[in-house]
Amino acid sequence: MNFDFSEEQQMVRDSIARFVQDDYDWDTRKAIVASDQGMSRDNWQLFAELGWLSIPFAEEHGGFGGNIVDLSVVMEELGKGLVVEPYFPTVVLFGGLIKRAGSEAQQAEWLPRIIGGELLGAFAYVERQSRFALNDCQTNATKSGDGYVLNGEKVVVFNGEQADHLVALARTSGDQSDSDGLSLFVVDAAAAGVDKMSYAMMDGQRVANITFKDVSLSADALLGEEGAALSVVDALTDEAIIALSAEAVGIMGVLNAKTLEYTKTREQFGVAIGSYQALQHRMVDTMMAYEQSKSLLFKALCEYKQDPAMAAETVHALKVLIDRNGKHVFGEAIQMHGGMGMTDELDIGHYAKRLMMINTTFGDATYHRNRYIETAYAA
Amino acid sequence: MDTAYSTEDLAFRDEVRGFFDEAYTPELQARLRSPDYKNAIEDWQRKLYDKGWVAPNWPAEFGGTDWTATQKYIYESERSLAGIPNVVPFGLVMVANVIMAYGTDEQKEYFLPRILKSEDWWCQGYSEPGSGSDLASLKTKAERDGDDFIINGAKIWTTYAQYADWIFCLVRTDNSGKKQEGITFILIDMKSEGIKVNPIISIDNHHSLNEVEFNNVRVPAKNVVGEIGKGWTVAKALLAHERTGIAGVADVKRAVRVIKEVAAKEENGGQRLMDDPGFQQRLADIEVELMALEFTELRTLATQAAGGFPGPESSLLKIKGTELQQATQELLMEIAAYYQGVLPVDLDPEALGHEFATEARRNYMYGRAATIYGGSNEVQKNIIAKYVLGLE
Repeated sequence: MNFDFSEEQQMVRDSIARFVQDDYDWDTRKAIVASDQGMSRDNWQLFAELGWLSIPFAEEHGGFGGNIVDLSVVMEELGKGLVVEPYFPTVVLFGGLIKRAGSEAQQAEWLPRIIGGELLGAFAYVERQSRFALNDCQTNATKSGDGYVLNGEKVVVFNGEQADHLVALARTSGDQSDSDGLSLFVVDAAAAGVDKMSYAMMDGQRVANITFKDVSLSADALLGEEGAALSVVDALTDEAIIALSAEAVGIMGVLNAKTLEYTKTREQFGVAIGSYQALQHRMVDTMMAYEQSKSLLFKALCEYKQDPAMAAETVHALKVLIDRNGKHVFGEAIQMHGGMGMTDELDIGHYAKRLMMINTTFGDATYHRNRYIETAYAA
Repeated sequence: MDTAYSTEDLAFRDEVRGFFDEAYTPELQARLRSPDYKNAIEDWQRKLYDKGWVAPNWPAEFGGTDWTATQKYIYESERSLAGIPNVVPFGLVMVANVIMAYGTDEQKEYFLPRILKSEDWWCQGYSEPGSGSDLASLKTKAERDGDDFIINGAKIWTTYAQYADWIFCLVRTDNSGKKQEGITFILIDMKSEGIKVNPIISIDNHHSLNEVEFNNVRVPAKNVVGEIGKGWTVAKALLAHERTGIAGVADVKRAVRVIKEVAAKEENGGQRLMDDPGFQQRLADIEVELMALEFTELRTLATQAAGGFPGPESSLLKIKGTELQQATQELLMEIAAYYQGVLPVDLDPEALGHEFATEARRNYMYGRAATIYGGSNEVQKNIIAKYVLGLE
């Protein structure tokens, strides 16, 4: 039994922490978010050089061969800096689908390009009506000669504005909400018939609603087995939730540290506000919320590392706890900062907004509480 | 013990309903959501003025309504039911109450009619960068110079200072005694030389907050309300008014209705969110608390109807009311799911999806301020502990 990070993991952690400290201060981040692309291509190249883009991929494709713990270390540190470069959509989602469902040839084609920083990716899976039910899919791909023709619309596609390639979830057979009959396709974002409507999100991400109108796909665009995509996407979702939870834990830690510091320095009634017992107890509560979140994350990491299937129940629990504790932590951070916490200028509100987006991504607490009940209390 | 409406009450309710139906036009509603907000809300307030309803809580002698507590309650419920925003409180609710209670005849004659007709936009100069919860530590200085005061300092979190014609301020006229002494309540013309308004963008990405700087601003001493050095007494009375206004039970009720409408349309894998037991439980928890708060507010109203300023019980309304506001804002935002994060864009909301999401996000984000302004909820609890429970 040990909860220590390896020396290698510590090195990755330190390297990202150094980057955030030296090259990603608040003003720099603000400028990047406000820039045309909403990200820095230079930073992306740096991430490639430093090996961060290679973490979850096999060595045979030039990857680091890391496991879920390695990935969570990266996500936690990126979370601390509120790094907006599209690591999650490109590496965790796009790359995660290629490594899971891709043939040898497809992995050899795409993974080195992700690792080298040559390609930005996205996963187009949300539809207007789908909410969190991934099987609720109207986008369809029909056979045409050797290939397929893709039609439909995906919304709030993370990194949808900048992505060069997408993996799109589409129905190849069955009715709108069937579990069977879903397939994954790699789509060139510049292909004829692909149309984007881009917009910004409150956490600094650039996303897009993407429509597909008679988009021709060759046979080798199919990723994995036709009609059997849902199990692949479910597996990806578990890994993605753990990754996002690690990011959330990083953010909660920062919020608590900043708020603690503020309560020690902000004076009202002639004393630091942190000297009031009522506030002290609340700071203790947020500290406990952070530690509990971290513990459940560790449980999910240990199980997932042993066997991803083992973590299924814990992943639902983790999403519920991260949602609840995240709201608690950012709510208190804003409240304790008083009027300052309400300003766009201070970073506190921005950390809060990222936690809010994490909470809703791949299902909020209400959704995962139901899933937990279904899984854990099944007769 | 009875809250049943009389025949007269029911007739009054129909009259209010009829007026709102006719006067609160779709065109006005659209303008209120547009950059033309300032003119639109003033136009609305002038419609209320013409009807004689713009200041339900003022005494009739100054242009109020002389309504019973029940009528005030009916009016407020109907207002919220129709989705009509409250009047801007800084003039009509806050400074007006102070002027009526502490002002000179000259101040009453000049300011009150102008406030009633929405001729002046008011803002509130209380908080300072170093004085939030500890309001009495304020440092903005007013030095006597003949018939005038010279003001130097800065106020912060000043809502709509960018629109304001007047600001009511707490300033320090004396440093020698206890910090609560030597504070003076004064009215300052925003067009005075030496005033600078610096915008503060809040976490809802909007500009309603400001910092207001005063550099050698000359203000006539006749603009002092109440006695020089007794501003703290005036300020406390006004804060109690601010707090009751904040509870907003009627608006929370409307928010619950909106949640039910939206959740009935939102589906997850073919199941309506409104039918989801987990969601239902959260909404029910809010409604249970809200039902109780409505009657807490009615009890306060009934007491106030006997006359005088609201007392420390207004703190309870503020705490519970803001907690419930935030709970409904949170729920509505979560219904929006992925769309909660969408920033306003020049895109057709229908092309984007989920029209309610942007407003839900804004309300949720700005709603974080409700437990901070008007005396943070922590300070409200201190007030209850001290003045209601007698804990020192």
